[in-house]
Amino acid sequence: MAAFEQVKKKVGPYCYIVPSAIIFGIFLFYPFVKTIYLSLFKTNKMGQAKLFVGLGNYKDLLTSDSFRNSLAVTAIFVVIVVIGGMLLGLIGAVLCNKSFPGIRFFSTAYALPMSIASSSAALIFRIMLDPTIGIVNKLLQSNINWLRDPKYALVSVAVLTAWLNSGINFLYFSAGLANIDEEIYERASIDGASSARQFFQLTLPGLRPIMFYTVVVNIIQAFQSFGQVKILTQGGPGEATNLIVYSIYRDAFFNFRFGSAAAESVVLFLIIMVLTLLMFKAEKKGGKAR
Amino acid sequence: MSNISSSAAMADSSDSAQGIAKLSQQEIDAMRKESIRQNEKARRTKKARTAGRLVLNIVVAFVILLPLIYAVSIAFMPSSDLYTMNLNLIPKHPTLENFQQAVSKIPLLRFIFNSFLVAGLITLGQIISCSLAAFSFSFLKFKGKSVLFMLVMATMMVPGEATIISNYLTVGQWGWLNTYKVLIIPYLTSAMGIFLFRQFYQSFPISVYEAAKIDGCSNLRFIFTILMPLTKAAIGAMAVYTFINAWNMYMWPLLVTGDENMRTVQIGLSMLNSVDSQSITMMIAGVVLIILPSISIFIIGQKQLIRGMFSGAVKG
Repeated sequence: MAAFEQVKKKVGPYCYIVPSAIIFGIFLFYPFVKTIYLSLFKTNKMGQAKLFVGLGNYKDLLTSDSFRNSLAVTAIFVVIVVIGGMLLGLIGAVLCNKSFPGIRFFSTAYALPMSIASSSAALIFRIMLDPTIGIVNKLLQSNINWLRDPKYALVSVAVLTAWLNSGINFLYFSAGLANIDEEIYERASIDGASSARQFFQLTLPGLRPIMFYTVVVNIIQAFQSFGQVKILTQGGPGEATNLIVYSIYRDAFFNFRFGSAAAESVVLFLIIMVLTLLMFKAEKKGGKAR
Repeated sequence: MSNISSSAAMADSSDSAQGIAKLSQQEIDAMRKESIRQNEKARRTKKARTAGRLVLNIVVAFVILLPLIYAVSIAFMPSSDLYTMNLNLIPKHPTLENFQQAVSKIPLLRFIFNSFLVAGLITLGQIISCSLAAFSFSFLKFKGKSVLFMLVMATMMVPGEATIISNYLTVGQWGWLNTYKVLIIPYLTSAMGIFLFRQFYQSFPISVYEAAKIDGCSNLRFIFTILMPLTKAAIGAMAVYTFINAWNMYMWPLLVTGDENMRTVQIGLSMLNSVDSQSITMMIAGVVLIILPSISIFIIGQKQLIRGMFSGAVKG
């Protein structure tokens, strides 16, 4: 009996982790290893590894114009999404920084995009951006084919993604602003500092602890965009919006080149890994600062 | 803090009171008038500022909400109103026909049922599996605990998109395609959830756990009857976050459900290839219907979500 108790005490703690461990094992660690494995092979149409090619898939990728284009397009996309999404979130947060009648309504409105699916948003934007019936052309009194013109397609998809991300950015920045001491503003107003000066000399530096974290979270999210591309542009026109995740999808499910798609996945993973490590580091630093 | 400052203010006012006593009545009157005038001015600028803030907020909120306002407007618009040169932000002849069509012409109710089932079970499953794991990580002692926890945290670095091909091949081999289990089981745990719950459990008084143990309470009973009811805030935040994410899932359901009966809301609607105006208004009505659940849950659970998010993720 005593022996049983001892075994129970030793094994018990692991039992509570087992459910999560099984799921992580089957759907995360195993496919992770399998992806790396596949990336070293040429595969058949069923996705079975057939011919070992070592780093061949990676070499092919890095010399392929299509993948290079994909990386470049993704980089531009990420920049627009991060700047646009953070700007929108910041404007909302600054406007809701002081209490005023209706603040509850407005802060809910600014956070709301975070609850909307990329695919639902894409369906709405498809109509908004329609060259003939869409409201965007009507408001701007323009006649632009937003999603078919290579000049505008990437920007259009990026603006949609920035809008989607602005909700959570609003929350991050609101939390950041709440941490800035009210008194420094009062002192600054007494000294006669203008609102613009207060913003650049007090608000922005005050947001520093949360700024880096927010940037990295935004970059990671932007890298993972897929639904909006699939619905709005299918990577086109040409390859103007062939973001990396869409490129993985296309390689695997249209061209049935699972090996090459696996290699792209590994590249995506490496990028996200570096960014996540940066984020953890920033979080530690932010924690210490407070 | 407030005590000190208020007593300082009192000392201040008594000082100035002595000063005032030396002034003539006329001077006092003049000063009083001046101070009233200044107060009035301050109040007016404050009022103007608030009004300005309100106006700015209305403008920005309108821009942010424009896609949603536009969608709602089209959902209520007869399809004949769609092709017009005017700015059609408010439907001139509002109708419910689009909603009726969205429900009858496409299996939207089936999609909604599928999504509720999938998102509901994922949420329930994650709350249970993450609570159990987080309990072990914060209340129990065992070998390799910190290594295992690091491993859980490390999974956050692997984006789902990077493993999605291998996962697809695996579930295909098992013959799991077009089933509910393929939509649910891969999502039954999350590193974020384990992290969030652990964060909350760390501030849970360990003495309560020890007392429960002495009273002969088993670990499982402790988790379900004491720990979880007392950390409702964390569960609420987690539930809102997980449900919305599951409801909004796109890439995985797109790959693993080919059969219309198994489609979730996001896939079902985006599969509609709407070219003519009639299907556009119907599709947007469908979009409005499937956005409603996630928005409602967000608005109801917003407070809890924010509290949960910032107790763990940001404050560290």
